[in-house]
Amino acid sequence: MAEMLPEHPDFLWRNPDPKPSYDAVIVGGGGHGLATAYYLAKNHGMTNIAILERGWLAGGNMARNTTIIRSNYLWDESAALYEHSMKLWEQLPEELEYDFLFSQRGVMNLAHTLQDVRESQRRVNANVLNGVDAEWITPEQVKELCPIINTGDDIRYPVMGATYQPRAGIAKHDHVAWAFARKCDEMGVDIIQNCEVTGFIKDGNRVVGVETSRGRINAGKVGLAAAGNSSVLADLAGFRLPIQSHPLQALVSELFEPVHPTVVMSNHVHVYVSQAHKGELVMGAGVDAYNGYGQRGGFHVIEEQLAAAVELFPIFARAHLLRSWGGTVDTTFDASPIVSTTPIDELYVNAGWGTGGFKGTPAAGYSFAHTIATGSAHPLNEPFALDRFETGHLIDEHGAAAVAH
Amino acid sequence: MLMIPCPDCGPRDETEFGYGGQAHVAYPEDPNQLSDREWGEYLFYRENTRGLFAERWVHTAGCRRWFNALRDTVTYEFKAVYRPGEARPDLTQGES
Repeated sequence: MAEMLPEHPDFLWRNPDPKPSYDAVIVGGGGHGLATAYYLAKNHGMTNIAILERGWLAGGNMARNTTIIRSNYLWDESAALYEHSMKLWEQLPEELEYDFLFSQRGVMNLAHTLQDVRESQRRVNANVLNGVDAEWITPEQVKELCPIINTGDDIRYPVMGATYQPRAGIAKHDHVAWAFARKCDEMGVDIIQNCEVTGFIKDGNRVVGVETSRGRINAGKVGLAAAGNSSVLADLAGFRLPIQSHPLQALVSELFEPVHPTVVMSNHVHVYVSQAHKGELVMGAGVDAYNGYGQRGGFHVIEEQLAAAVELFPIFARAHLLRSWGGTVDTTFDASPIVSTTPIDELYVNAGWGTGGFKGTPAAGYSFAHTIATGSAHPLNEPFALDRFETGHLIDEHGAAAVAH
Repeated sequence: MLMIPCPDCGPRDETEFGYGGQAHVAYPEDPNQLSDREWGEYLFYRENTRGLFAERWVHTAGCRRWFNALRDTVTYEFKAVYRPGEARPDLTQGES
């Protein structure tokens, strides 16, 4: 029987044992860690580097997100960062030679109250000034783009319009990780799984290596890209992060024929929906209220988002919840990420992407790689430094983050 | 959904409660004396413990009182609840 099975396809990356020493190690083998290693190798010529992953490659939030990609953020700093990410997304399938099903099917952010309308129109204007494609659309246009939405005025929170970003969309998250991993591997990056960082080795105030479950690894530079567990690593390294880790849940229905042609997000009734290429309806909502590292949350959060989804999309009432799951997201107090140097020399941190890190994967990798390689921020991530919580230059994106946290 | 042991009302569903984050964060005695760094830490830096965490809850849909809890942030299990102003219970004895 076995001889009748097809050959195993080529592996996309080696599984090397760790070397005793690297020019740089990235802690965390998720999307951001992979993208960081990719740009370190490609843009900065650093190929004697390793990615250390506690579990398996892209098994954390990279495996758990709802894959939405957009750049319609309010403030100049965020628009620059996320729009750069969008432009990288647009070229990555070709660059990585991997069709990871990046589908620019557009995203609508619905407005349900007069205040929603005002804030949404303000955000559209800000987006346009920043070169982000955005328009304000009426309920009739909403209905035209996504016919299954209930745009009637007899629901509790009627649709009063939406912002629309046509270039936004979704991509297949695990393929994105594999595409980066294959290219990293080709350039000589060691991807080391089942390798948990348990401590940091310092010489004075400078990090010179890490202790891991697979022994000591010396490193000239260390970059943290561990999302929900960033605070745990920072504690080990001896500095603090203004981050709170929360459970964030998502869910899918069984497979359906295509019914949902775009991505719909509603901050007010709190649900976001797209239909995956395979056909599942993919939905998510806000974080669970409490701090938690358990990668699960309460079912009442799922119930609330399904109630919102069924009111907006009445035909979903006949769909079944197939699976729900949770991840651990690293939220900051201004709903913006931290891509920064740290109080420890040659130790860098990329964290605090909260509920929206997937879309930022390329820009996080691009700007974090620059920061690690040069020791100072790229203009894109300069505003996202750790010291903004001291200087007061916060980048409050609670509105455009679209997810309450 | 968590079952939360309110000190006044007994075990109730999580949906009846509001979350208050880290417990035992005192307002600075004289904020004017703080450096920007220290004020930033008071405003934005909170412990983000993986494991046993002292935190505040309010029983919004019940007695409306605030209380503190010791909860494991990985298993979500409540180990102890106690009143504001009381010291954090020492659970080291008998802990595995």
